Amino acid sequence: MNIIEVDHLTKYYGKSRGIVDVSFTEVEGEIFGFIGPNGAGKSTTIRLLLSLIHPTSGSAMVFGKDVVTHGPEIRQHIGYLPSDVFYYEGMKVIDLLKYSASFYKGDSTKRMKELSELMELDLNRRISDLSYGNKKKVGIVQGLLHSPKLLFLDEPTAGLDPLMQHKFFDLIREENARGVTVFFSSHILGEVQRLCTRVGIIREGKIVEISNIRALQQNNYKKVSVTADGLNMADFELPGVTNLQTEDHMVHFFFKGDINTVLKKLSGIQVADVTIEEPTLEEIFMHYYE
Amino acid sequence: MNINIFRHEFRSRLKSVVIWSVALTFLIVFFFSIFPAFSADAKLMNEALAKFPPALRAAFSMENMDLSTVLGFYGFIFLFVQLCLAIQASNYGFGLVSIEENEMTADFLLSKPVSRAQVLTSKLLAALACLTLTNLVVWVSSFVAINLFRNGNDYESSTLIKVLLSIIIFQLFFLCVGLVISQLVKRIRSVTPYSLGLAFGSYIVNAFSGVFKDVKLEYITPFKHLDPTYIVQNGAYNMPLVLINVIVTLIALAASYWLYLRRDVSAVS
Repeated sequence: MNIIEVDHLTKYYGKSRGIVDVSFTEVEGEIFGFIGPNGAGKSTTIRLLLSLIHPTSGSAMVFGKDVVTHGPEIRQHIGYLPSDVFYYEGMKVIDLLKYSASFYKGDSTKRMKELSELMELDLNRRISDLSYGNKKKVGIVQGLLHSPKLLFLDEPTAGLDPLMQHKFFDLIREENARGVTVFFSSHILGEVQRLCTRVGIIREGKIVEISNIRALQQNNYKKVSVTADGLNMADFELPGVTNLQTEDHMVHFFFKGDINTVLKKLSGIQVADVTIEEPTLEEIFMHYYE
Repeated sequence: MNINIFRHEFRSRLKSVVIWSVALTFLIVFFFSIFPAFSADAKLMNEALAKFPPALRAAFSMENMDLSTVLGFYGFIFLFVQLCLAIQASNYGFGLVSIEENEMTADFLLSKPVSRAQVLTSKLLAALACLTLTNLVVWVSSFVAINLFRNGNDYESSTLIKVLLSIIIFQLFFLCVGLVISQLVKRIRSVTPYSLGLAFGSYIVNAFSGVFKDVKLEYITPFKHLDPTYIVQNGAYNMPLVLINVIVTLIALAASYWLYLRRDVSAVS
């Protein structure tokens, strides 16, 4: 069953672009990664799905219902963690969470306590006294306390320390194991790779690619740098190598294909240093635009 | 209507309601406590008033004012009460949805399972409840002040009630007009300049409408629509003007709903 169906969705803010002709679907139980640089339209897409903003053209359905006409029903089962969290500054954490819970059917008190303990959140502090990371935790708890069926996470890890990020990822995996569908937006490729089964790449408002995370990795370029004396550039002109450059005693190139061919080649050379890295997101995007 | 939003909105304004109510009580009671001095030398007072330039009297709506009677004097005070009420109601109107957007809490509220219409209705009713509380305080302190200091002078209580009943119409005007303006301008960073502008602007237009008799400025300001001096003198409302006031309020209200249901809640900028 398709939980999210986006059909040629376009949003312009006056003349400036939000997203253009975006289409994709997400099935139940999936963790869909949505990657793109800042300003690519990730938040715009999520805000359209929550009907915080209205589409210029195209349509979107969540749980099989149109987001513009059935907003309140849909949002009953949605949890949303925005990229920047802002809450009523004068309120205490516990009051804010209770206010949040009051909108949903059923009693969320128990889940609220569980989540707060897990995220080590002090319920009696005032929102205005919280650090950014702690506000983010409030965001996580308020996004999950009503046991939603669909989670929108908009760059959720910003502001969380590594330990909390780890806990948070575990939490999301747990939720997912219970059947919760997750829409995960991020500009960090690594975290998307850790969590997601399928990804969509968005750039300048347009979907560039939607693929299985494994396919993307196989397709993916590795960034290789080799430092050694007496390097011969011609040695590295293998099939799958692009952007070959040399400087002093170093060679850089991108490689796509079976990495063992590079390793075999390297084993015959006395190297001083080798790095094989994931390309940055920008570098991947550059390739999508070649 | 969503009771949770209503409660939240009401609570967040309670402090402001208390401050306005206390201020208005002081204004009414202290101001009216000097009435005995006026009524004792009524003739002298009115003579002195008559010596002021007509333009100045017009500017303070004092041209037809008889400060020696209970309601004549009360009508004079009421102008300042109206000014306070206008600022308060505009504050609530301008801030009703804009504060939430400015402080970025709109995302929180609107991602909840409530419709925009429910949100706006709940917010409006909460603001109205707050204004009504202030309104009641004005009623009580007016009756108390008048009966404490009227010095044995009689007054027509039905006329006083008419003056006091005009408050709710007056408040709704500023609430709704503030709300619609807040949605027409792109972004309101601070509510106070707007609400002071609307309240004092209307007040000044009223003052000028007295000075320039030919220009029909009274059509646009609620201070004229619900002029207490007129009500006191005639024992009735100036119906055509009250009607204009109510129509403007209703149009502003309808437009606010129309705009809010279609509004894009912009992200952090």
